[in-house]
Amino acid sequence: MSVARRVAIVDNERCVGCQLCMFACTRRRGYGGLGFSAIHVKSTGGIESGFTVIVCRACPDPPCQKVCPTGALTVREGGGVRLNMDKCIGCGYCVDACPFGAIFWNPEVNKPIVCVYCGYCVDFCPHKVLTFEEVKP
Amino acid sequence: MTLGKVLYIDLSKRRSWVEDRSELFSDRLGGVGVAIKLLEEELPKGADPLGPDNVIVFAVGPLTGLYPMASKTVALFKSPLTGNLGESHAGGRSAVAIRLTGYGAIVIKGASESPIYLAIHNGRVFFRDASGLWGVGSSLTVGRVIREREPGAGVRTIMRIGRAGERLVRYACVNTETYRHFGRLGLGAVFGSKKLKAVVISGKSSINVKDPASYRKVYDRIYEMATKTALMRKYHDIGTSMNVQPLNTIRGLPTRNLKEASFEEAHMISGENLAENYLGRRVACSHCPVACIHLAALREPYEDEPYFYKTTMISYDYELIYALGSMLGVSDPEGMLRLMNEVEVLGMDAISTGVVLAWMTEAYERGVISDDDTAGLKPRWGDWRVYLKAIRMIVEQPTEFYRDLAMGVAYAASKNGGEDYALAFGGNEMPGYHTGPAAHLGFLTGARHSHLDSAGYSLDQRLLKKGLKPSVEKVVDYLISEESWRQILSSLVVCYFARGIYRPEMVEEALKPVGYSLDVEALRKLGLEILRDKNRFKVREGFNPEKLKPPKRIYETPTPLGHVDEKLMEEAVKLFYERLAL
Repeated sequence: MSVARRVAIVDNERCVGCQLCMFACTRRRGYGGLGFSAIHVKSTGGIESGFTVIVCRACPDPPCQKVCPTGALTVREGGGVRLNMDKCIGCGYCVDACPFGAIFWNPEVNKPIVCVYCGYCVDFCPHKVLTFEEVKP
Repeated sequence: MTLGKVLYIDLSKRRSWVEDRSELFSDRLGGVGVAIKLLEEELPKGADPLGPDNVIVFAVGPLTGLYPMASKTVALFKSPLTGNLGESHAGGRSAVAIRLTGYGAIVIKGASESPIYLAIHNGRVFFRDASGLWGVGSSLTVGRVIREREPGAGVRTIMRIGRAGERLVRYACVNTETYRHFGRLGLGAVFGSKKLKAVVISGKSSINVKDPASYRKVYDRIYEMATKTALMRKYHDIGTSMNVQPLNTIRGLPTRNLKEASFEEAHMISGENLAENYLGRRVACSHCPVACIHLAALREPYEDEPYFYKTTMISYDYELIYALGSMLGVSDPEGMLRLMNEVEVLGMDAISTGVVLAWMTEAYERGVISDDDTAGLKPRWGDWRVYLKAIRMIVEQPTEFYRDLAMGVAYAASKNGGEDYALAFGGNEMPGYHTGPAAHLGFLTGARHSHLDSAGYSLDQRLLKKGLKPSVEKVVDYLISEESWRQILSSLVVCYFARGIYRPEMVEEALKPVGYSLDVEALRKLGLEILRDKNRFKVREGFNPEKLKPPKRIYETPTPLGHVDEKLMEEAVKLFYERLAL
């Protein structure tokens, strides 16, 4: 069995707001831009006050999964969720349930965007904000 | 590909529409290459820069949203400062937001009768009332208000003007994301004349790529170069303010209105000193790993209450240190930072403001202007407190003299006297390099009269190091070739700081997976064509190269390469336009 990993934020005070992680996430799928990004960076109240990074923390007991009415979201072994697009009806309950706002939305297909825990974005963080680590129980 | 879509907005009719201009983008890449064509099409010849006929074009490029450091937005308009081409570039989140909301360019025309701001979300345009925002004292507050009211946090740009733009100061700027600016040539006044307080744009779409595998490969190479080589180090460590000390050492740092070219207290306002004692945070434009934006944290006590402080984050760069530091003889870093904050709050171009204040100081010293003119202010080198007041006066314009200052240094001097030491080139205030003839030749002949047009200052410094004295022809050819190439960078909207990465061969490589096949030779040819287009537009709007004359002052104060030769300079200007062959 492989170890469950997740993207973790080491220190968001190091974040300069370059958003390379966001671009990496969509690029991994073969696109430019930000349409498929499951990680988000925004200022905490204007650029002068620094940035916050939002990404799935791979909850061991994920609230998003609990509200999914069709079973499209299932708990990943070790923490976090998997999305089965075929079962998803695009109700958006999962988006509301996540306290971090870490489930994003793709309006083009009307479906959520959920982190797949690949760690690709971490390779493009030039300022050591992100790390790819084992989910600890 | 959505890059070919151009959004047109008519402020007079409060109407917007979209046109497919894919062909234009295929021929001219994007950015300045496309924008100059759109400006030519839309702007009636001889239009009043502050009338409803003026047009604002924002354009981004084919690499925006795809590769790092292609995140500049080019703004073209008719400049109320020079009366011809207005061109200004800004980063922040602007370029990515424009592209990912679905457009390659946005054309804004007409004028609103009452204050408005534009909100463009996922391609849809909303005209919002801004009468409550008009007259708000600080551009920072305007940003804060819009931030709370509008969606798109993280993927939006909030371009806005301050009081200077509303009051039509001819060198008012447009701020974006608080610390980036469409700084030069007066876009802020054009916004003000159209009663356009702000433009907020957000978008988060994806972009189709022709060849995803090779796209990722080229991306990785660019990323490695940007983060693992020394190419960008200067910009991310100390930043552009690293230039202060070396320029001062070679005696090329304009000081006290260029009466001198070195500043005895340069170490106080150097990038090193600011980094060590004030640097509070570094931030980046969207899709740029470099984070060159240096913010100083200025902690100030309130005088009316003990243990009561405020901390202000103030962005600084070399040009601001020159204009609001050495040019004014200001050596107190905290005083200088306060001046920088004031131009930010009011929304003015820092370079122009500093040059105007420097001229005012010398004119006052010489008795050309009086206490009546200055409304009682006594400008004095180094006295930042009086400059702080003067900046506000330029915006409020309590006397005719301040109204003159708000028109730019060339106008103020032509009316009040002191033209020999009014540091303007082609109507635009001088940037911070007195390095030699190439710098000044670049200020004169550059399409926007900016140091960034052809970077003559960089050539001067290389010649100094190598002890070379090339012929006038060689210098002119170099400047034309450099300015031409920079048209390509500005059409791709690649940041000039990344020019060491985006060499011609790399540009060719980067364009391929996106669907463009242009070789280096074709790119260079296109660059020259765009440069010619810009100059033709200037001539169309009344620019006359034969009337170009630098202020006498540049001949009086020696450069690191010795005194600039007036005859040689005249010859070089003539040659430049001959070779450009408009």
